[in-house]
Amino acid sequence: MGSIALRSLDYWLIRYRRTWRGSAASTVLTPVLFLAAMGVGLGSLVDRSGSAGNLGGVSYLAFLAPGVLAATAMQTAAGEATYPVLTGTRWVRTYHAMIATPLSAAEVFTGHLVWMVVRVAMTCLAFVAAMAAFGTLHSAWAPLALPAAILTGLAHLTPVAAFSARLRNDAGLAALFRFGIMPMFLFSGAFFPVSQLPALLRAVAYGTPVWHGVALCRGFTLGQGLTVGSALLHAGYLTGWSAVGFVLARRSYQRALVR
Amino acid sequence: MPVPEAPDGGAPPYISARGLTKRFGDFVAVAGIDFDVARGEAFGFLGPNGAGKSSTMRMIGCVSPVTGGTLRVLGLDPVTDGARIRARLGVVPQEDTLDLELSVAENLYIYGRYFGLPRRVIRERTAELLEFVQLAERANDLVEPLSGGMKRRLTIARSLINEPDVLLLDEPTTGLDPQARHALWDRLFRLKQQGVTLVLTTHYMDEAEQLCDRLVVMDKGAIAAEGSPRQLIDAYSTREVVELRFGEGEQQDVSGKVDGLAERVEVLPDRLLLYVANGDATLAEVHARGLAPSSALVRRSTLEDVFLRLTGRTLVD
Repeated sequence: MGSIALRSLDYWLIRYRRTWRGSAASTVLTPVLFLAAMGVGLGSLVDRSGSAGNLGGVSYLAFLAPGVLAATAMQTAAGEATYPVLTGTRWVRTYHAMIATPLSAAEVFTGHLVWMVVRVAMTCLAFVAAMAAFGTLHSAWAPLALPAAILTGLAHLTPVAAFSARLRNDAGLAALFRFGIMPMFLFSGAFFPVSQLPALLRAVAYGTPVWHGVALCRGFTLGQGLTVGSALLHAGYLTGWSAVGFVLARRSYQRALVR
Repeated sequence: MPVPEAPDGGAPPYISARGLTKRFGDFVAVAGIDFDVARGEAFGFLGPNGAGKSSTMRMIGCVSPVTGGTLRVLGLDPVTDGARIRARLGVVPQEDTLDLELSVAENLYIYGRYFGLPRRVIRERTAELLEFVQLAERANDLVEPLSGGMKRRLTIARSLINEPDVLLLDEPTTGLDPQARHALWDRLFRLKQQGVTLVLTTHYMDEAEQLCDRLVVMDKGAIAAEGSPRQLIDAYSTREVVELRFGEGEQQDVSGKVDGLAERVEVLPDRLLLYVANGDATLAEVHARGLAPSSALVRRSTLEDVFLRLTGRTLVD
């Protein structure tokens, strides 16, 4: 089944070839702009206010960069697993073209998921490169932030795809971004430690997969705050979301395509 | 080249359904139908929208699970061998599923890849198929600006990329202008001559008459009649039909005065249909009775008349 699922990769690749210039430019530029404005610009104020104690003794730039890496992985994943999925199920009905061939609904999902992971990985790689250019990789463990960020992306790809495949139109997507992705982007520890949040919200933040992604990425790039045990817990939590989402998404695709 | 065989001939049918049923919750879309399609045959499902034609096609195409009864496609069971069956089918869906942002050739390429065909084979077939559907000059153009007829022809080329044993066409010419429809029929007729088994749904009686060796008339999920277009017309209609139109409000007064003129009379909102053997003779009698229709037409019976007889309704409202 694996190799059959990969038959659709050529399709995603050809589609991407038509639009890669615009998306590649924003993939490279966004992290640079973010790190310059928030990390260096806003960071200089934060660092002067003597907040380093709350940030684990590092500069705001060093604190922010791995957090936004994980949050960007989440946001990219949400983008890839929403509109392109509805394009397949509803708008262009590309998925329906696929299931008229030997591909099954589950294989249609698996093939698209592989491509989504490639897209998330490309974005994360560009972000890590920008982090290196800004000198924010402070540990020998830092390269592990890349797979950690990709895993963070995967933990959002599968559940979001499961959600998107059940939608009739994009009204649900607006709600997903407004009430799900956006708040998680802002409040899951990327921009400030969740210890700053009221207790109730802190508990919510701990439950989000992206908080675990932020903790992993930050631990690896700073070389502090992680033990083998806690790293495995974070990774395990993200893997759990990925796996449950995978099962749910295959069901959603079956329901959406085979009626 | 495959030789067409009668459905009751020696070879097993390509497609066989017994008591085939499709339910969506309480709604019965297909209510236990039986049919066989022989190799090399052009077989049609004729019926109005909502008759269960598309549901039947989706079950044959192995993208919709059978709710009841048995279905065999190419001798295989869709429940266990869906992928193997689909590998040997060509599908022209009711709604185009082409990728408008890709080129004509790219659409064929990616589809060939879904079947696991090597790139070289796809390239060769793409050239042949685009020639066949008269789109060779548009190979590198985007699909988006193509006309509806061209998109339809491209979908047919795409459905042939795996050299299918059976081609499933769901309403292949709905929404096309007459010229584009004839161009499409011409291509389908050639495929038929090459021995490709065609299964199509349509609510156009002329399409069914042009393309189908044999067809079933479907209504409300059930099969109302089965046979060749000729057989159906012979069995359920007369040789000729006289269509009479009257001025505003006159039709009501007239309908009693044509008694005995025809084997059967159908009263439609806008005209009377007299089913007779000899239309001209009947028309002369109509005039002899002093009736003055605003227009009169004598024509041969069509499948539309068969459908009207079987269901009491017209095909296209």
